[in-house]
Amino acid sequence: MRALTWHGKHDVRVDTVDDPEILNPRDCIIKVTSTAICGSDLHLYDGYIPTMKAGDILGHEFMGEVVEIGPKSTLKKGQRVVVPFTIACGSCYHCGKHQYSACDNGLPADNQDIAQELYGQPMSGLFGYSHMTGGYAGGQAEYVRVPFSDVGPIVIPDGIEDDKVLFLSDILPTGWMAAENAQIEPGDTVAVWGCGPVGLFAVQSAFLMGAQRVIAIDHFPHRLELAKAFGAETINFEQSATYEALMEMTGGIGPDACIDSVGLEAHGFFVDNVIDQIKASTFLGTDRIHSVRQAILACRKGGRVSMPAVYGGFVDKFPLGAFMEKGLTLKTGQTHTQHYMPGLLNAILEEKIDTTFLISHRLPLEQAPEGYKMFHDNQNEVTKVVLKPGLALAAE
Amino acid sequence: MSEAEIVEARDDAPLSTAKDRAGQQAATESLIDAKGDHVVGRAVTINRPPAELYAYFRDFARLPTFMENVERIDVLDAARSHWVVKAPGGRTVEWDARITEEREGEVIAWTTEEGADVADSGRIEFRDAGARGTVVVATIAYDPPAGTIGKIVAKLFQREPAIQARRDLRRFKQLMETGEIATSSRTKAQLQEEKA
Repeated sequence: MRALTWHGKHDVRVDTVDDPEILNPRDCIIKVTSTAICGSDLHLYDGYIPTMKAGDILGHEFMGEVVEIGPKSTLKKGQRVVVPFTIACGSCYHCGKHQYSACDNGLPADNQDIAQELYGQPMSGLFGYSHMTGGYAGGQAEYVRVPFSDVGPIVIPDGIEDDKVLFLSDILPTGWMAAENAQIEPGDTVAVWGCGPVGLFAVQSAFLMGAQRVIAIDHFPHRLELAKAFGAETINFEQSATYEALMEMTGGIGPDACIDSVGLEAHGFFVDNVIDQIKASTFLGTDRIHSVRQAILACRKGGRVSMPAVYGGFVDKFPLGAFMEKGLTLKTGQTHTQHYMPGLLNAILEEKIDTTFLISHRLPLEQAPEGYKMFHDNQNEVTKVVLKPGLALAAE
Repeated sequence: MSEAEIVEARDDAPLSTAKDRAGQQAATESLIDAKGDHVVGRAVTINRPPAELYAYFRDFARLPTFMENVERIDVLDAARSHWVVKAPGGRTVEWDARITEEREGEVIAWTTEEGADVADSGRIEFRDAGARGTVVVATIAYDPPAGTIGKIVAKLFQREPAIQARRDLRRFKQLMETGEIATSSRTKAQLQEEKA
């Protein structure tokens, strides 16, 4: 089959590799019909995530048709499914509590060592996202082996096109959980850092959860326009000073809840950010965290900070004093995708949520490397690239 | 100091986590007929009842399913078994083990017979953890293969008993909770390679 493989920083290629096979009783194989490039794939593309190996197949947002099933799979051949990016067993203590991304058994035993050392306990597996998260082949390919197919993939009713449901795999549940973690109360003002897909879905979700005002912060005008279309007020941090603007816009109180959906590649030319960059490039610290720092300072006293953004390692200059003195609550985590998929699918079917606005580009799988480059170089206009393995190459 | 005195003066953490030699020694001595002077302790919680876990574990012939470095175990009689274990460099080592303690649903302990290539002994406790299932505590005493250098070599090949025990327990948990052992291989050929 053909698959998008990682070979190093800014080097991804479409290679021919062996087709996947059923290896465990609960596995299924799906033929991918749509798969997206995620903002967190750019962390891999930029070489920020350790434990990648040349030839690894990327992609954790995908859906397709079930073409093979193991004896314990509950799926049927021919069903269309969206696959959650978190690989969780459904039978351990954490899965029982619907904390799927904390699954005990999603990672192969040998791959658990690194996470155990770094984080204290191993987490769930992830598709196409380094060997620390299992080394599972990802979905930017023609076929994927899906473990625990009896608990992960969600069946999509006929007649619903891929583009409407694809984002159930990661970014929609992630944006929703970000808003849920912000514990929004009716009448709240919520600030969202980063208007990438997760940020935009967090804006949408925050309103659905009763926020009165949502303030979206970014520097890409097009992305801020998308946030505005959902009713958010905007701050372009290249035009305005974010903290000061937030304080003025909230009458000196600060937002009741702050959502950081920027993550370890915070952009922008701030002094602390530059220091972080120097440290990141000299391996002294891996994460650049201007956005979460700002969120903690701006948040109202006793407020909530939600952090869906991906952080991998260690940071310094985390404003622990402000965090403690102000009595803030910080909630974070990889998404418990399986928990949110059924409810969000219903919301899509009932047309309460539409996510198709996000897709700016649709490309054949063969053009995936161009897709990465485009997404990386022009984040203003390239809001989401969806790869379609079945799509023929455009005539030259 | 006697073992009782050492235990008396200590905190409540398992002796296998002791930083000092005396505590480690006491942990080793807590095993019946301990073989070897290195001790490793691991606790893992498995979301299944003790009786079920015990029953699976007691059938030694099935242990290679999750013990990756064990090629085969032949059950000789109710107490004795013959182990064929992978060693660094593609070799195997073999020994006979006998059960030294056995309490239905609670404890299995074993030790290698005199004259075995590798001296080790182990004890697996199954403690009822109510709604969380069972806390499985493994304590294994062993002599590092051919001293410190051997241990480093073994570690490189990931056949070091401490690493092996931790991974084996995780695989046991996966098998008991999910009915399978997680793999990120994509093809059967890759899976075989991984297990080799």
